[in-house]
Amino acid sequence: MTGVLAPGPKNPSAPTATAVQRRGRSPRTRVGEARGLTRAGLWLVLAFGAIVMIVPFVWLIRSALMTDAQIFSSPPAWIPDPFAWENFPQALTAQPFARYFLNTMIIELFVVTGTVITCSLSAFSFARLRWRGRNVVFGLLLSGVMLPYAVTLIPTFVMWSELGALDTFIPLTVPAFFAGAGGGVFNIFLFRQFFLSIPYELDEAAYIDGANPWTVYWRIIMPLAKPVTVVVVIFTFIGVWNDFLGPLLYLTDDSNFTLALGLATFQSTYTAQWGLLMAASLVVILPIIVLFFVLQRYFVEGVTLTGLKG
Amino acid sequence: MTSTTLDRAPARKAPPGSPGGPRRRLGRGEARWGVLLALPAILGFAIFTIGPMVASLIFSLTDWQIGGDPQFIGVGNYVEMAGDPLFWKSLGVTTYYTLAAVPLTLFVGFVVALLVNQSFRGQSLWRTVYYLPTLVPAVASAVLWIWIFNPDFGLFNTILRSVGLPTSNWLYSESTAIPSLVIMATWGFGNAMVIFLAGLQGVPGQLYEAVALDGGGAWAKFRHVTWPFMTPVIFYNLVTGVIGTFQVFNQAYVMTEGGPNNATLFYIYYLYTKAFTDSEMGYASALAWVLFLIVMVVTVVLFRNARSWVFYEMGDAR
Repeated sequence: MTGVLAPGPKNPSAPTATAVQRRGRSPRTRVGEARGLTRAGLWLVLAFGAIVMIVPFVWLIRSALMTDAQIFSSPPAWIPDPFAWENFPQALTAQPFARYFLNTMIIELFVVTGTVITCSLSAFSFARLRWRGRNVVFGLLLSGVMLPYAVTLIPTFVMWSELGALDTFIPLTVPAFFAGAGGGVFNIFLFRQFFLSIPYELDEAAYIDGANPWTVYWRIIMPLAKPVTVVVVIFTFIGVWNDFLGPLLYLTDDSNFTLALGLATFQSTYTAQWGLLMAASLVVILPIIVLFFVLQRYFVEGVTLTGLKG
Repeated sequence: MTSTTLDRAPARKAPPGSPGGPRRRLGRGEARWGVLLALPAILGFAIFTIGPMVASLIFSLTDWQIGGDPQFIGVGNYVEMAGDPLFWKSLGVTTYYTLAAVPLTLFVGFVVALLVNQSFRGQSLWRTVYYLPTLVPAVASAVLWIWIFNPDFGLFNTILRSVGLPTSNWLYSESTAIPSLVIMATWGFGNAMVIFLAGLQGVPGQLYEAVALDGGGAWAKFRHVTWPFMTPVIFYNLVTGVIGTFQVFNQAYVMTEGGPNNATLFYIYYLYTKAFTDSEMGYASALAWVLFLIVMVVTVVLFRNARSWVFYEMGDAR
């Protein structure tokens, strides 16, 4: 699938290209003025679009900092006066958001660990060990990506219910230790792509020295695979943070809720308390935005590699 | 879609001499290790994909309330479905949403990708701003947009009122509920945009120069270079977009509860209420299998249709 994403040979140093560039220069200056105008127009379009994209965020922050009186005032105000910071403690204590955060982080810990270990191990096998049926198995796993999750939803639920695992974190965490199950295929794919790019001489040298595949995986391949590991960690983390249907199905007691589920129930309880609702939403959104700005380079890499579902 | 397509993808791929792994002194042990290390994935696929798929097919042939005993009723659920107005309604709603949201998101994503691919000042800032909405967690996004769509004090009607335009009931009216959700979906075009951007960066630059040499302008460059090279990326975004919109759930659950008057009764939401509110596991499983078949058929049709417009530079019909 990456073949689709990165088409075209990159060969900018071809001799014809430089010749063309040299010749192309003079007409460019002639039409320079018209180009400048077009560029200014395009710049305006971009700026307008950016404002449209940002306005919902402005609305979110503005409402999170307003008292009910201000929110329902007429004419509507854009700047809170005074800033109602108390919305945050009020919203976060109205329901046990600290508990939700803790639950979410516990699930994160298990899911991220399980996904990274088992997905990279399988990918190592698919990329660097030879065994019969390897490519068939890998192709089969990949085809699972197309599968609507609804098809497996009900039997999986019934299975966990029969095992008495409802209202525990088990249904949300254990699948991660089976190479993520379902969505995990993307991660195997990512790891495998990366592993294919590492020179095989490294493995061979190690095997000659008597190493076994586990040692090669752990001592040679994984230390080189930091970039792809970070990408997988980020997207797994975000996936868990955003997951709504899983917790909705499996968690029933309020004290087991995750942030996403807690926010949804908060929304249905405090229907018209927009200040509190926006404050709580902001708290759920902010960590992801911060994560993005800290690890931006990996984000772009990951999105372009996987084309992750929205 | 197996290794042949995948192997040739990255520029920094393995040396051609060793596509399947090195010649080394592992012998028989290699296969054993291989299966062992891939075991989590193989077991996971068996336990969490193949097993449940087969099980749900069997469930779909029964009348089964959870807690009770399943009664085998053959294709009864599928027959019932044909006469179930809510099934058809949910199918219609989902199709409507897909036909509106996917083209719109792709179009906006493509146009903006073309724009931010130009070397403007602050290029990365523009890209960040357009990408930002896709980072908002689904539930938080849903809560935010309920408030934005609020008919009395929401963002949209506040703006419309201030410039003297007629307001709308957005999510609360049958005719505007789906268009509202489409607007919300379009806000998140950033994912498509980033993938388009990656595609644009793969277009060989010297081809543009060749067009310029032949006297071609911006349109000729777009029509004869950008577009053909981008069709595989457009196709990729189209397929993943359609599969995604067929599975919309959160918006229906958090924002509209399928209303007003079932105007946003998305397919998965209907399935969810059948399974977990009415506890009709058999019927819900049948719904799931029909969705699976629909997605399969749509994907196959898209792939067949792709041959007529998607350009593959390698010359192989992949």
